[in-house]
Order: sequence, then C-alpha cells, then structure tokens
Amino acid sequence: MNSNTDFTLAIEDLTVSFDGFKAVDSLNFYLDQNELHVVIGPNGAGKTTVLDLICGKTKSTSGSIKFLNEELTKMSEHEIVRAGVGRKFQTPSIYENLTVLENLEISYPYGRTVAGSLMFKRSSEVLEKINQTASEIMLQDDLDTEAGLLSHGQKQWLEIGMLLIQDPQLLMLDEPVAGMSVKEREQTAELLNKISKGRSVLVIEHDMEFVERIAHKVTVLHQGKILAAGNMEEVQNDPKVIEVYLGH
Amino acid sequence: MNFVYEKMMGGKKGLTGFLILATLILVIFPLFLDIFRLNLVGKYLTYAFPAVSLVLLWGYGGILSLGQGVFFGLGGYGMAMFLKLEASSVENTKIQSTPGIPDFMDWNQLTSLPWFWEPFNSLTLTILAILILPAAFAYIIGAAMFKRRVGGVYFAIITQVIAVILTILIVGQQGYTGGINGITDLRTLNGWDITTDSAKYIFYFINVALLLGVILLSRLILTSKFGSLLLAIRDKEDRVRFSGYDVSNFKIFIFCFSALISSIGGAMFTLQVGFMSPSFVGIVPSIEMVIFAAVGGRMSLIGAVYGTLLINFGKTAFSESFPELWLFLMGGLFISVVMFFPNGLAGLWDDYGHYITDRFSKSKKTKEDSPEIVEKKSDESAA
Ligand SMILES: Nc1ncnc2c1ncn2[C@@H]1O[C@H](COP(=O)(O)OP(=O)(O)OP(=O)(O)O)[C@@H](O)[C@H]1O
Ligand SMILES: [Mg+2]
Repeated sequence: MNSNTDFTLAIEDLTVSFDGFKAVDSLNFYLDQNELHVVIGPNGAGKTTVLDLICGKTKSTSGSIKFLNEELTKMSEHEIVRAGVGRKFQTPSIYENLTVLENLEISYPYGRTVAGSLMFKRSSEVLEKINQTASEIMLQDDLDTEAGLLSHGQKQWLEIGMLLIQDPQLLMLDEPVAGMSVKEREQTAELLNKISKGRSVLVIEHDMEFVERIAHKVTVLHQGKILAAGNMEEVQNDPKVIEVYLGH
Repeated sequence: MNFVYEKMMGGKKGLTGFLILATLILVIFPLFLDIFRLNLVGKYLTYAFPAVSLVLLWGYGGILSLGQGVFFGLGGYGMAMFLKLEASSVENTKIQSTPGIPDFMDWNQLTSLPWFWEPFNSLTLTILAILILPAAFAYIIGAAMFKRRVGGVYFAIITQVIAVILTILIVGQQGYTGGINGITDLRTLNGWDITTDSAKYIFYFINVALLLGVILLSRLILTSKFGSLLLAIRDKEDRVRFSGYDVSNFKIFIFCFSALISSIGGAMFTLQVGFMSPSFVGIVPSIEMVIFAAVGGRMSLIGAVYGTLLINFGKTAFSESFPELWLFLMGGLFISVVMFFPNGLAGLWDDYGHYITDRFSKSKKTKEDSPEIVEKKSDESAA
C-alpha cells in the first residue's frame, strides 16, 4: 500500500464518518496524469466530501490519499495547496470587495508568508501572469472591476483563474457550471479542455450534457461508494446508474 | 517619492485627510488651547493608539479584541514602573522602613525590590519592554487561539477574560503593583521634571508625532498585499487558506502589531497624565476603545482619532454635569452608530465631506489667510 505509483492521485480505502454516518465509505479512486475525470452522483452522495478530504478541509477517519506519492491526510490545508492541489468550492468563493486584479494577485503563489506579503511588489512579471490568466478566463477587460459586481458565471471563472495562476498539478472543481447560461457553459467546457493539458483535473458536475463534453472518465458516487466507473457511454448505459441517478 | 505618496498617504484623498488631521492636532490645538486643555487632548490622543490598532485588527482583520486595554495597560505600567523607581530614590524615601523601594511596596511590608522590577531601573530596558512585552504577550495569546482556529465571539470573550484577570491581578497584588490606586506620584524622567508646562508641551508633540507615525506605518501595511489579505481573511477565510496561506500567522501578526501600538499609547498616557492605574486596563476601557474605533469608522485609521476625540470631549462635558447619564449615552451612541452609520464619522466624511472641501477651496482662493478659514477647518475636522 505504500508503493509508489504513476498516478497523480491515489485514494485507497478512504472512509470518513460523521457521528457514525459514513459519508465516504472505503473509497478507492485513482487519477492519471493529464486526465480529466468527472464525478457524478445524486445529492448527498459524498462528492463534495471527497474533495474536502483531499484538500484537508475534513480529516479522514481512515485510509490514505496520495498525491504524487505524497501522503496528504497528515498535511495541513496550506501545505496541500503548496504541494500543488487547487480546489474550487461549490458556491463561488472569491473576495467580493476586491477587484479582479487583486483577487488574482492574492492567489499568485509568491509572498505567501507574513513577511513575503508585506514586501510583495506588483512587478511586471506578476502583472504579466495576472493578465495572461485573466484572458484565459475571459476577464481581461474586467481587471479593475470589483469582483462582487461580476455575473455569477464570471465569478466561477474568476475562482478557476485564482487556481490557474498557482499552476496546480491537480485541479478540483466542484460544480463549475452551476448557475451558468448555455453560452457560458460552452465557454467553460472549452476552458476546461484547454487547462486540463499538463495537469489532472477532477470535476464534480450534475449537468450531463456538460459532462459528456469534457469527461475523459466518469465515476458515479452513491452513498459514499463507487457505483460505476468508466467512459461516458459505459456509465450512461449502466443499469445501476440509470436506476439511482440518471433515471429520473 | 511616488511610492510614499501612493502607499503611505493613500493618494490625494488620503493625503488630504491626513494633512487636515495633522494640522488640527499639530497646529490648531496647540495654538488655541491652554496647556491644561492641551494636556487633556494629549491624554485623549493616547487612547487613539488602541483605537487605531482596532481599525487594523477589527475593521480590516475582522478580529474583535475586547482586551486592548491589556496592552495599553502593559505599556502604561512599564513606563510608570520606570518613573516610580526614579521617584523612589533613597533620599526621597528615607522615612520608609526600607528606603529606595516604591512607597506602596514599603506599606505592604516588602523589604526589597521584586526581581521583575529590576529591569525598569534602566530607561533603555523600559522602552524595550514597552515595545516587546505586550507584543510577545499578544503572540502567546494569538498563537494559542488562532492556531486552534478560535475566532469571532470566542476570541472576543477570551480577550475580555484576560483583561479581567489582569485587572484582578494588579488590584490583588498591591505590594507588587500599587493595587487599585495604581502607580502614582511620578515626577521626573532621568532627572527632568515631567510636571512642568514645557514638559507637557514636549510630550504632547512627541505623542502626536508617534500617533501620526503609527497611522502612516499602518497605511503602509494596509496598502501592501498583507492589507488585501487581511480583508480577504475577514471575508473568505477558507479561500485564503486554500490559496496556500497559513491564515493563523497573519492573524497573529496583526494582533501583535495592534498590541505594540496600544502599548505605545499607554506609555505616552503615563508620561502625560503622571500615573497609571488598573482602571485603564480592564473591560470598560477596552470596550470604550472599540467604541472610539466604531464611532470613527472602523475602516478608517484617521476616523479612529476623530472618534476618540469626539467621545472623550463628550465624556468630559457630560460627566461633569450628568455623570450617571454618560454611560447610557455612550451605549446609545454606540448602538446607533453601528445600526445607522456603520462606517462612522469616516463614512459621513466620505458622503458629505466634499461639500466642505469644495467650499474651503473656493474661499481659500478669495481670502488667503483669514482666521475665519482656520475656524471653519477646525469645525469640520471635529464634526
Ligand atoms: N461536516 C459534516 N458533518 C456532518 N455531515 C456531513 C458533513 N459534511 C457532509 N455531511 C453529510 O455527508 C453527506 C454527503 O454530503 P456531500 O456534500 O459530500 O454531498 P454531495 O455529493 O456533494 O451533494 P450535492 O450534489 O448536493 O452537492 C450528506 O448527507 C451531508 O449531509
Ligand atoms: Mg456537493
């Protein structure tokens, strides 16, 4: 179990119980390099909880999470981020009172200590990276806009941009197209296909049309356990999946 | 130069506000107030230090401390201990059973100076203690609380409990601290009589210079990335944490810095008022400091100074005539500010200040240096 693997992420026997209720139950899950993997499943299946466990927000009851062969379960949140794991929350989590530029600047992965942040200079290098990221997330014209004034979809993009600027090896997105218009969904799908090159991406999503457009692999989670896994077609035709999730 | 202008002064608007305040407390008050009144203003301005510290800690960092009096008190007591030792020379205390120790120790049957008083024989060590001890104490509290993710109301209550404990300790350990009466009869600093008018003037100006310096330094911190992070932590702590920051370190730092500022205020208080007592340490003064910041506008460093002045002028005026009404009035003022003017005086200034500055810049063009203008300006600043 302690052997090294080629996987970006290797989750083995992961369990978390809240007062006896197992939200995640002996989960085994592997994520390849350059893989864009989507997790689907009914409400309360434990999808968000899995992300919470990976990024250290929730401590596991038992099991192991290895990221690039490094055990994450013993690390603190900021160490996990610094190791290269980025996570977008289910509800857009951005700094509403700061501008788009400041949001990205805070997320820029230098000057992360107290002294570093006091000495931090907005150099041309920093600005270039911010501009580049902003145009990737289609917010290049809104750099000076207060983030709270952005549309719901743009907020989702901004949060994705705040992760991208850190160049994580593993990007985890919890329902990135919730609340987006059809056009925004298309743009987001394009964005995800672009940014999944050179890194692994784990997406949680309910919108099957969107899943179909982006997923390399799909895993269906149900009551904290994996119900089915495979490519989109296999999963969609799985009778168990149709029964608990897709059927209604 | 541009860096100083943008960062420290906060651009044109920040510079105007800073210059108006500086003119008021550096020029207008000393010109128009007699030394008794000026000394009183100087005392009020020492409370502005903890008020400014609360703008950083509470306004920006979202960390409400109801114990800033602790740090104000530590600074004040540090200075008082030095002055007391100087006042307790062997000649001055030869009627005591143990000459050479502070009078209250002698009354409490102490026969030698307690070890922790020894460093306060030296002015250098005293100043170091004033600058370091409160910050170190804040570090211990901060590390214990913030590393365990204790925040919000729990933190506020714990700081309040610490204020209570310290007060009880000071009052109870009369022989070591001077008890409820505090440390009194302070007269000279390195042989220089601090009770004269000229000394009071000098302390007033040192106090003002320190306060303005603290405001500039605070602005420098707030305009750095640290400042944006402070706001970010206040509004979305988890997002900051999951962007790779160890949030607790940032909270600890700003708490320590707020303790340092408050301590300087306390030391200046002792120098200007000539004594220090537990009544400036406990819950009531700590809460008053929060009210000063709230009335001034908890996001405004300069507002905190006006808030402090306004409340203290009010307190002096009212408590002379209706002492028992004052507490209710202040409570009412606090509640109404929080409910109706959440940005305090600074918010009013942002909304209506341009009427006054416009009028001021117009009249300035017509009559260059009439005294009327000076008056108008002081009205506006105190408003
Ligand atoms: N901290 C917690 N304490 C107790 N129960 C929790 C906690 N976090 C999650 N749960 C429970 O675990 C289960 C899984 O929740 P989770 O948020 O992971 O579901 P999800 O698959 O993300 O659902 P959705 O599609 O609605 O977002 C739910 O029953 C939830 O109530
Ligand atoms: Mg969820």
